[in-house]
Amino acid sequence: MISANLAAIFYLVSGILFILALRGLSSPDTSRQGNYFGIAGMIIAIVVTFLSIGNFSTSLVYVVIFLVIGGAIGAFIAFKIPMTAMPELVAGFHSLVGLAAVFVAIAAFLNPSAFNLGNVGDIKLASLIEMSIGAAVGAITFSGSIIAFLKLRGIMSGAPITFSGQHILNLILGIGIFVLIFYLCRTQSTNIFWTVIIISFLVGVLLIIPIGGADMPVVISMLNSYSGWAAAGIGFTLENSALIITGALVGSSGAILSYIMCKAMNRSFVSVILGGFGADNSTDDKKEKKDQKPVKSGNAEDAAFLMKNASSVIIVPGYGMAVAQAQHALREMVDKLKKNDIKVTYAIHPVAGRMPGHMNVLLAEANVPYDEVFELEDINNDFANSDVAFVIGANDVTNPVAKTDPKSPIFGMPVLDVEKCKSVLFVKRSLSPGYAGIDNELFYKENTLMLFADAKKMTEDIVKNLD
Amino acid sequence: MEIDPFIFRLSIFILSIFIGYYVVWSVTPSLHTPLMSVTNAISSVIIVGAIIAALAGNSENIFNTSSIFGFIAIILAAINIFGGFLVTQRMLQMYKKKKDKKK
Repeated sequence: MISANLAAIFYLVSGILFILALRGLSSPDTSRQGNYFGIAGMIIAIVVTFLSIGNFSTSLVYVVIFLVIGGAIGAFIAFKIPMTAMPELVAGFHSLVGLAAVFVAIAAFLNPSAFNLGNVGDIKLASLIEMSIGAAVGAITFSGSIIAFLKLRGIMSGAPITFSGQHILNLILGIGIFVLIFYLCRTQSTNIFWTVIIISFLVGVLLIIPIGGADMPVVISMLNSYSGWAAAGIGFTLENSALIITGALVGSSGAILSYIMCKAMNRSFVSVILGGFGADNSTDDKKEKKDQKPVKSGNAEDAAFLMKNASSVIIVPGYGMAVAQAQHALREMVDKLKKNDIKVTYAIHPVAGRMPGHMNVLLAEANVPYDEVFELEDINNDFANSDVAFVIGANDVTNPVAKTDPKSPIFGMPVLDVEKCKSVLFVKRSLSPGYAGIDNELFYKENTLMLFADAKKMTEDIVKNLD
Repeated sequence: MEIDPFIFRLSIFILSIFIGYYVVWSVTPSLHTPLMSVTNAISSVIIVGAIIAALAGNSENIFNTSSIFGFIAIILAAINIFGGFLVTQRMLQMYKKKKDKKK
């Protein structure tokens, strides 16, 4: 048994270790060390909690058993999950944090004396507010993440689900939560507490269903942020600095990522939250006109020929590469090109894929060295001096319309200047528009060669033709 | 007049938001996915609350209503802790420089 003060100091230490864990991610070299800091911080926090309770009874055995069960499930998932499924995994994990926050808040509400928060029916006012906010945010995180998970997994359609009065309903429910918390504080009623949680679950669902597939990077970052605020809310209830520090870190981390993602799409956070993007059909007539424009299409042989005779190639990967699992074939292709002394680099748009940094992980998995992979602003000027751009599974992020047509829904979004390359190879299954629902002008450019095929199959065929 | 301890916790909270702000901006964009998985893992430090709740049951009645919620929360948080850190580790192992390549 250790004193509360000593325990608090240890919690502070683990909070600092968590800060260092994030700090390590400033470069891949220091990142692994950072992860160890994080693990150390977690071990300290758990051990200190055991020591400070000092109740080494039979229940401790059960705690350890449950910990091991959860740990085994977690470890199993971590080793089994394919890298392409990272967005779903992260969404799933967010839901667990949210639900854990709800359960801890419920436990604290039902048995406040265990947490030194007063007695049943007479919980300290501040604690009651903190735990109900923690529970509400946790519940929103949980149900929202479940919806995001289902959408990312493809179990639920990625298309936005909208109905009239949706935003007003959300607003009413949101205000309702606050009113109920106010009454909860006055009455300490268990029923009101449960109602707050149930409404929050509902709000989480309603918040995420109108948001379309293309906005998933924002959603997933946003839920990341929410899970942090939920943890912080519980941290206040438990008067635990490790939890408060972590909650604040995670909350601001998710908020920054959401901001970066919104900026990369030139959309305001509010418009993403309100949702409905990619659902409007106003571009339909425009598309019909463009469909008559000539498109040059080629095969793997043409592509291999073009690249063989190039001196520099830039690869532009997108979500389609992830879907087709083409990253390993791509890497093989690049190796062949490099053998012919062709300079190859990768250009990654911040919203390529379904979560921040998704493409980088996939390329890393395929053993692409990270110093060959560049972000939009670092590589965009190189397109003009390169011979071939190989666009694989990306679409909207290369659309020149974002720079030229003020009427386009993606106007102003920073895009990769792919069209400035001498020639563009565009691997795509069909001419269908991308998630934004708009046609890509790049398809009809003089210097674009469309390669209609599955990304993996096409890349493999090109590899064969490079010999 | 004494300052309410809540104010100190609030101070920690606000300062941590600032630390988070600067630390996260310095994270390289290529590591944003590991950033999300590791923040996921560390936010599961909420397990601390779950353990307190679970151990609050008395010896005659280990599984009372409130401790059951604690036990379930332990499982949920443990999945996240192990899953989060391990998958982050797995991802970070893959980030290699050119010179590290096996030749």
